[in-house]
Amino acid sequence: MIPSRTSHSSSIGPGVVPRGADPAYDEEVKREYDLRKNIPHLGKGSKGRPFSIDPNVGVMTRTQTPYVTGTSVLAVKYKDGVLMACDTLACYGSTKRYKSIQRMKLVGKYTVVGFTGELSDFDYISTLLDELEMTDFCQDDECPRTPKEIYNYLVRVMYNRRNKFDPLWNSLVISGWDYVEKKPFLGCVGMIGQHYVDDHVATGFGNHLARPLFRESWKEEMTEQEAEKLLKSALLSCVMRDKQMMNKFQLSKITADGPGEISEPFAIDTRWGYENYVNPTKYAPGAW
Amino acid sequence: MESINRAQEAPKTGTTIVACEYAGGIVIGADTRVSTGTYISNRASDKMCNLTENVVMARSGSAADTEAVAGFVRHHCAQREIELAHGETMEVKQVARILTKINYENKNANNGTGLGCYAIAAGWDEKFGAQVYSCTAGGNMIKTSWTTDGSGSTYIWGFLDSEFKERMTREECEKYVLKALTLAMAVDSSSGGCARLCTVNKDGCFRRFIKGDELERQLGEIHFKSGGGLGKGVVYGEKSGGVAI
Repeated sequence: MIPSRTSHSSSIGPGVVPRGADPAYDEEVKREYDLRKNIPHLGKGSKGRPFSIDPNVGVMTRTQTPYVTGTSVLAVKYKDGVLMACDTLACYGSTKRYKSIQRMKLVGKYTVVGFTGELSDFDYISTLLDELEMTDFCQDDECPRTPKEIYNYLVRVMYNRRNKFDPLWNSLVISGWDYVEKKPFLGCVGMIGQHYVDDHVATGFGNHLARPLFRESWKEEMTEQEAEKLLKSALLSCVMRDKQMMNKFQLSKITADGPGEISEPFAIDTRWGYENYVNPTKYAPGAW
Repeated sequence: MESINRAQEAPKTGTTIVACEYAGGIVIGADTRVSTGTYISNRASDKMCNLTENVVMARSGSAADTEAVAGFVRHHCAQREIELAHGETMEVKQVARILTKINYENKNANNGTGLGCYAIAAGWDEKFGAQVYSCTAGGNMIKTSWTTDGSGSTYIWGFLDSEFKERMTREECEKYVLKALTLAMAVDSSSGGCARLCTVNKDGCFRRFIKGDELERQLGEIHFKSGGGLGKGVVYGEKSGGVAI
């Protein structure tokens, strides 16, 4: 039986037991195996000391838990383009650590990409998107990548990482103007490669808080003001009820005039003036 | 859809509570956020309750446990106050001791984990003046000049240590406690919403409610101004995402 050794120095690689490390094993090898001859059951030419791989050594675990995360991204299509909104907070577990992070990125002339989830993984995705932009620029053929092509590319990236059990811990929202078909584009890609295009998209906690509002109020051919109003009401719902969100947002717009615009950070009115907030336990002292 | 959030926890407070004594009384304060997992189930809760007229308890830890313990302490104190002379109040130490006893004697509750009641009991009485007692789970009762508890407390120990002064005035102490709460709420995602302060001195118990948008802005935060949004159309064309603004 091949001996399994589970404690040894990992600097020498998985499963190798150096001579002298385990005297009992050395004895066993001397007894059982004559290293000058072939060992039949191990195959022709094998002279080595048998070992098995320690399952706990040499296993690489990359992003299995996120460290610095961004919360929801919301986006809606309107008549002339797409609006996307998100806050500027990156949380470190439950600590609201970085309060001025831009979670949306302009890609080329016609696309804006926003993320939920691990900041470092999005940084990596940004590098890939920059490379795409670079090749477009160098080719200089007056047909840069459309948002749909960038979306498809990201789907492949996410799905392939998932297949290697090493996902990029993000949900991405890709919004843009398709200059070929002359209409707005909006899609969402998740960390296991799940993807869809739709008239309105929400990731993270926005799935629960914003999506019902979008389903209720979104309509075809909205004006920019209507779309902004809808997004702001969804943001209100999210910031009131998502503890990892802060009241500091950016709004981005992408239209046929490209490139995208990302606004200065702004706050919304979070309505603390309800009378019952002043003394909620007036008639029930000790309650919440 | 995908689940970026952590596993759901039992409803806890995830809180910041602070109490501090000054020359002539105490100031005790708490945030107002109650969260279940990542969801804020109550954004304007009241985490402080009067155990007696002159003693206030601020609660953190398990929502259910602290509510139950507060109920029992109020009951015991009410019964005892019947026997007191008119105008006489219970001593703060006595009230805190009742709370601590309940915590201590129930160490085998919840299958051995004990009650999850992390409380601060603070008040003023004629005999000993202003007192702050830190009554943590397990049955510890420790008198201090100031104390803090809850998930947000980790961020403000340094501030409280550094800015504490003996024999502050009432205004200074309220400002000190409110600043501590604001700092904790700015950083801890489990604390937030509004701030509540309660001052107890020989004249009685005085409450204050400070709305969320009235709290001081900390670094990186901004005030609400109407008209925010796409107005000016600033282009951010930085090469990689995650660039600080």
